Amino acid sequence: MSLILPYAREDASQPPSLHPGYASTVARSPRQPLVRIPHTLTETTGPAGCWENLMGGALADLTAQHAGMPQGQRIIVSGRVLDEQGRPVPNAVMEIWQANAAGRYIHKKDQWDAPLDPNFTGAGRVVTDAEGRYRYVTVRPGAYPWGNHHNAWRPSHIHLSLLGPAFATRLITQMYFPDDPLIEIDPIANAVPMPFRQRMVSRFDIGTSQANWALGYLFDVVLRGREATPFEDDHDD
Amino acid sequence: MTTELVNPAPRQDNQDPALFGQTPSQTVGPFFHYGLPWKGGADLVGQSDMGARPELFPEEHYVLNLSPPRGAVAGETITLEGVVYDADGKPVPDAMIEIWQANAAGRYASPDDDRSNLPLDEGFIGFGRAATNESGLYRFKTVRPGPVPGPGDSAQAPHIAVSVFGRGVIKRLVTRIYFEDAAENASDPILALVPAERRDTLVAREIDGVWRFDIVLQGERETVFFDV
Repeated sequence: MSLILPYAREDASQPPSLHPGYASTVARSPRQPLVRIPHTLTETTGPAGCWENLMGGALADLTAQHAGMPQGQRIIVSGRVLDEQGRPVPNAVMEIWQANAAGRYIHKKDQWDAPLDPNFTGAGRVVTDAEGRYRYVTVRPGAYPWGNHHNAWRPSHIHLSLLGPAFATRLITQMYFPDDPLIEIDPIANAVPMPFRQRMVSRFDIGTSQANWALGYLFDVVLRGREATPFEDDHDD
Repeated sequence: MTTELVNPAPRQDNQDPALFGQTPSQTVGPFFHYGLPWKGGADLVGQSDMGARPELFPEEHYVLNLSPPRGAVAGETITLEGVVYDADGKPVPDAMIEIWQANAAGRYASPDDDRSNLPLDEGFIGFGRAATNESGLYRFKTVRPGPVPGPGDSAQAPHIAVSVFGRGVIKRLVTRIYFEDAAENASDPILALVPAERRDTLVAREIDGVWRFDIVLQGERETVFFDV
């Protein structure tokens, strides 16, 4: 007997694949309608708890990967990974990558004329605890220009990648900062309709800030949850 | 004297209970290579560095894994490759492909597959990740999966679930790879939901010992993508 507990489908917050304001989506989004399929064992399973054998274990301090302290505003980002019912998602891996404080990525194709920082790579990983909590230390990434349109600037953001418990829950997103005026004029953030866009904006939190050391930001990631009613399949022994 | 610490007045943001729900998807952008595709991510059966593109950033910034050695994996080892194309037929050099599949016996290495009558392979997880190269090519080494159960009492033909990410891909695109020579394809319940004339975009073909599966994001022979 296989018990298939399907996950919820995407909600109204998910952006369309085609968002012409973000020019690169025009040639890279399908035009044929998506074919809706039921969730089978393929979609309700996923790799769980084997990060050491896949991308690797936790790297929770992005300021401690080199000989010295990186330039920039040190920050602590913490929060929970939850499902849509508000239940914690334990033992979930979150991969993190970002630009440095000047808005420059270590990537060779990043040609933005801002300094690289030999003490900052900008990549890490955390795994959630039994309550779905995570925490990492980094520096606040800078804004940077890009070629989407004249005078286009990306707001400060941290890229986040989560596998979740199943193929159906896979998510890649970006976390933004609450005091950033560039969010409202950024085509990538604006592919997400209001008010849902604000789900991607972290909250400054004095409680998780550490005196004389770092500012705290809170950010919860909400993955798709299982639907309430299981589909039972008792034909297959 | 003590000063009470208070947070600023909350605006609508991630912590607002009125906004609670799925976190929206965003693109990986063009600069994900030092953060996501680890060495060996595309080699599900051995210990090579397939999948990563370490030439795109300095060695001292390499913080990703090298997959650990694996034991013997049951089944037929296959190479799976293809090019990701955009609407203009141009290869996509900054895409990332992930695969998820059952082992040769048709069992998923997941706590949610509890069919303990089927064997697990200790060294085989069935999850892989590959960045495309400058020619838009991705390549995996894996085993050919076994059939798995479908809805009701149906059986699904052997297949590999695929996620496509990339610059300009704001939301994951989901597709599947089936195998051209599998008799089970004719009765696969998922292929049956796809218009007959588009089914062959989901079928890999064996050419000179390599299974070929191109992914066309848009246009003529556009790959079928699924709403999951």
